[in-house]
Amino acid sequence: SCSCTVVSKQPLASKMAGADSDDSLYPIAVLIDELRNEDVQLRLNSIKKLSTIALALGVERTRTELLPFLTDTIYDEDEVLLALAEQLGNFTMLVGGPEYVHCLLPPLESLATVEETVVRDKAVESLRKISHEHSPVDLEVHFEPLVKRLASGDWFTSRTSACGLFSVCYPRVSSTVKAEIRQHFRTLCSDDTPMVRRAAASKLGEFAKVLELEYVKSDIISLFTALASDEQDSVRLLAVEAGVSIATLLPQEDLEALVMPTLRQAAEDKSWRVRYMVADKFSDLQKAVGPEITKNDLVPAFQNLLKDCEAEVRAAAANKVKEFCENLPEDSRETIIMTHILPCVKELVSDTNQHVKSALASVIMGLSTILGKDNTIEHLLPLFLAQLKDECPEVRLNIISNLDCVNEVIGIRQLSQSLLPAIVELAEDAKWRVRLAIIEYMPLLAGQLGVEFFDEKLNSLCMAWLVDHVYAIREAATCNLMKLVEKFGAEWAQNTIVPKVLGMANDPNYLHRMTTLFCINALSEVCGQEITTKHMLPVVFKMSNDQVANVRFNVAKSLQKIGPVLDSNCLQTEVKPVLEKLASDQDMDVKYFAQEAISVLSLA
Amino acid sequence: MDGDGEGQSRWCLSQVKGAVDDDVAEADIISAVEFNHSGELLATGDRGGRIVIFQQEQESKSLPQCRAEYNVYSTFQSHEPEFDYLKSLEIEEKINKIRWLPQKNAAHFLLSTNDKTIKLWKISERDKRPEGYNLKEEDGRFRHPSSLTTLRVPVFQPMDLMVEASPRRVYANAHTYHINSISVNSDNETYLSADDLRINLWHLDFTDRSFNIVDIKPVNMEELTEVITASEFHPLQCNTFVYGSSKGSVRLCDMRASALCDQHSKLFEEPEDPSTRSFFSEIISSISDVKFSHSGRYMMTRDYLTLKIWDLHMESRPVETYQVHGYLRSKLCSLYENDCIFDKFECCWRSDDSEVMTGSYNNFFRMFNRDAQQDVTLEASWENGSPGCPLKPWRVCTGSRRKRNEIGVDCLDFSRKILYTSWHPQDNVVALATVNNLYIFQEKPN
Repeated sequence: SCSCTVVSKQPLASKMAGADSDDSLYPIAVLIDELRNEDVQLRLNSIKKLSTIALALGVERTRTELLPFLTDTIYDEDEVLLALAEQLGNFTMLVGGPEYVHCLLPPLESLATVEETVVRDKAVESLRKISHEHSPVDLEVHFEPLVKRLASGDWFTSRTSACGLFSVCYPRVSSTVKAEIRQHFRTLCSDDTPMVRRAAASKLGEFAKVLELEYVKSDIISLFTALASDEQDSVRLLAVEAGVSIATLLPQEDLEALVMPTLRQAAEDKSWRVRYMVADKFSDLQKAVGPEITKNDLVPAFQNLLKDCEAEVRAAAANKVKEFCENLPEDSRETIIMTHILPCVKELVSDTNQHVKSALASVIMGLSTILGKDNTIEHLLPLFLAQLKDECPEVRLNIISNLDCVNEVIGIRQLSQSLLPAIVELAEDAKWRVRLAIIEYMPLLAGQLGVEFFDEKLNSLCMAWLVDHVYAIREAATCNLMKLVEKFGAEWAQNTIVPKVLGMANDPNYLHRMTTLFCINALSEVCGQEITTKHMLPVVFKMSNDQVANVRFNVAKSLQKIGPVLDSNCLQTEVKPVLEKLASDQDMDVKYFAQEAISVLSLA
Repeated sequence: MDGDGEGQSRWCLSQVKGAVDDDVAEADIISAVEFNHSGELLATGDRGGRIVIFQQEQESKSLPQCRAEYNVYSTFQSHEPEFDYLKSLEIEEKINKIRWLPQKNAAHFLLSTNDKTIKLWKISERDKRPEGYNLKEEDGRFRHPSSLTTLRVPVFQPMDLMVEASPRRVYANAHTYHINSISVNSDNETYLSADDLRINLWHLDFTDRSFNIVDIKPVNMEELTEVITASEFHPLQCNTFVYGSSKGSVRLCDMRASALCDQHSKLFEEPEDPSTRSFFSEIISSISDVKFSHSGRYMMTRDYLTLKIWDLHMESRPVETYQVHGYLRSKLCSLYENDCIFDKFECCWRSDDSEVMTGSYNNFFRMFNRDAQQDVTLEASWENGSPGCPLKPWRVCTGSRRKRNEIGVDCLDFSRKILYTSWHPQDNVVALATVNNLYIFQEKPN
């Protein structure tokens, strides 16, 4: 058992030193034995060092003994099998190089049939990898028969694995074998089980890429059409992605006849999941079919998706608004957006579903760069302002987080009137996660709004967060101050922030007193030596007499933190005595942190 | 219409499993029975959280007259009793449902659930084990490392067949109320789980997320009038599922229409007959089980007194209604007092959909032949009839004069009930559970 191994390692090793046996074998012997240890961690550890074992055994024994053993090891835990499948993808040299790479096929074949998807996928990935190391002859003699075996296996696990292997052998085999491979793929596309049809549908695009154009037109199109009208939603939706890949392969003049009818049908599928997939892949689709079809077909399809009855579909389409508009052909971009897209966008601003609104809010600002100043002011600004007043905080946050796009086009001043109430409301939201999110945008906002606006309107918010009742908010507020100082400089800090922070050192609430220390930790470096020594350090020293031990040990921690900013004279004459006093504090934790600071600052 | 001709049915007792004591431990009471998709395996779950799997013997499979027996293949503890400390609730280990997954490789997989947690189990065989260590003998004795002159790689050697059940996934923390149903989708990658107020959709590969597809919880729980009692996926259409309610209605939902299926696409409901209305009307109309036919064209629902078959194309009334034990209508008062009225009887279809079966009291079970419009009452009993002998149909009568194989309503034993039934997916073999016994019956061919 595992405990024996661990306990016995040391004495055995020491005994071995005097023995005649080969010392170098011992660690390998342990690794091999642990391949079948009861403890899964030890087995995993051994599998991860499989190359060490193989190296010690040599290529011959690896092929004849280790690989047969591994082929039967498919009863193990998933994580062990996953590691094994991965290892075998890098094993070519350890079995004797490309000449012998086919020896790796049996264990990978058995791993390609296990029920666990992640393991199968990893085995397929390794098989794809080593397929490139097969010579053309070996590929036909060893690899291709394995693909055929998997493709005609009794269980769908093996047939799904086969789907991922066709495209790697196809380009490198003779035309007879090519014909067989195409036939196998066709068969799997009409398999009885949806699992296999899904696997085939998801590999259809990649298989199409390696086929000759004539076969793309004759074989792939009919398979694509069949899969795209499969009775199972889950198959149809995968065909959408394949359709995008196929469209990139065909000459423009064939697209209309061969692909578009099916894609149009998918965009209007009865199942929302299929329409969702179309919406999700819309930008790729747009690139694949080119400007003419985009103008004639995709624009109305996109309008429909933006107006879909299912919120999930609308949200997916809303996410693509900016990208879709960006990729419209330049000559008609503005007209299409203004007449076809913008009316739908306007409706989405007041959608009933908050996910739709927040998806839109995350991209809508991007339209301003595309439409330019005048259109933005006239058409988009009212939408931004409406979203800034939305009842859902996520919508408002998404607008605020993308202000930079608008800033470039019309300047943020246009928005500031509405921006401020929105920020204040979020800053005081009852949910602390919302408050946290807005704090994170503060440095960005400060940069765009400028120091005057900030001092006037937002500074008080930033200070109020320092005394929030949630620790995460106080912590984020501290970090925020540091970023603001980085932006506005040390002088600004000394005038506006530092006095307020230091004032909190006299707060009756010890949590607020600690916040002073946390702020000092964050600010000392950006404020520099002078401000730290002159203004902050005296306050820290004063707090070393605080009655609450938590404050005192945080003084020790702060001194350790700001020490590097101070000059050595100050450290020796001022900091050292304080730390020494704390090191003899009656509280254990205070002592501990004081001693730690003394040793880190080398003041002992 | 009892049975065929001579007062005999073609059904014979094949096997009885479980102890035949009168003294039954609570944990041994069977709470789920389910054949797998080939019929080769039969699983039972009990209140003790155990699952026992029986396997049909291979040898005699070819002999048509003598069907192979089912023998224990694997036994394992699926669920343990738990305690929810946040809600101060005990969570029983009782297995509420078992559902097999379509076979995907040499191993078999099933889902089992108690009130809160669904688990995916793998049942696999092992007939080889590795042998040969470097630093110890097979029996564990240490080998001195000085004897280590060459490395040994373990070799797999044949061993006695071992059947292992291993938990592969645990789908927890998604149900606030008690899970009453699980059902695997025909897409082979998702399944649903239903509790009193919600139905969730899971992907078999992911335990950390599920999608809520039905939620009938009212904002104010005082307005609650209806709960979900059973739910099932359509056997062929991956987008269709139904759920039955405590008010006796069944809703069919189309997952293509929207992500949240609060709006049903069909509502199967029979208008109440005002003349039979009573205090018990709603209780006895509660759906205890709903099952699609194998063809996917029909759906069967079981309520307390009847079995109804619905054509999916007709929502207004069932195409067939069978009285399971209509004679109990006059006894509802006492059945309410002893809680029997809340018993949840399951029902099942024969492989060709021509016949249906459900349980009753007194260890009786009922079979209804849809084509011949014949029904029969049979008894699951190890005393009356030896294996292989045709079962004698029973008749329950209300009068005082009794013939052979007649029994009065007042003589029925309400503690002996058949709630759980399963029909072999191809052959005419049925399995049903009385209290702690599993009965397997088979039909003699004509």
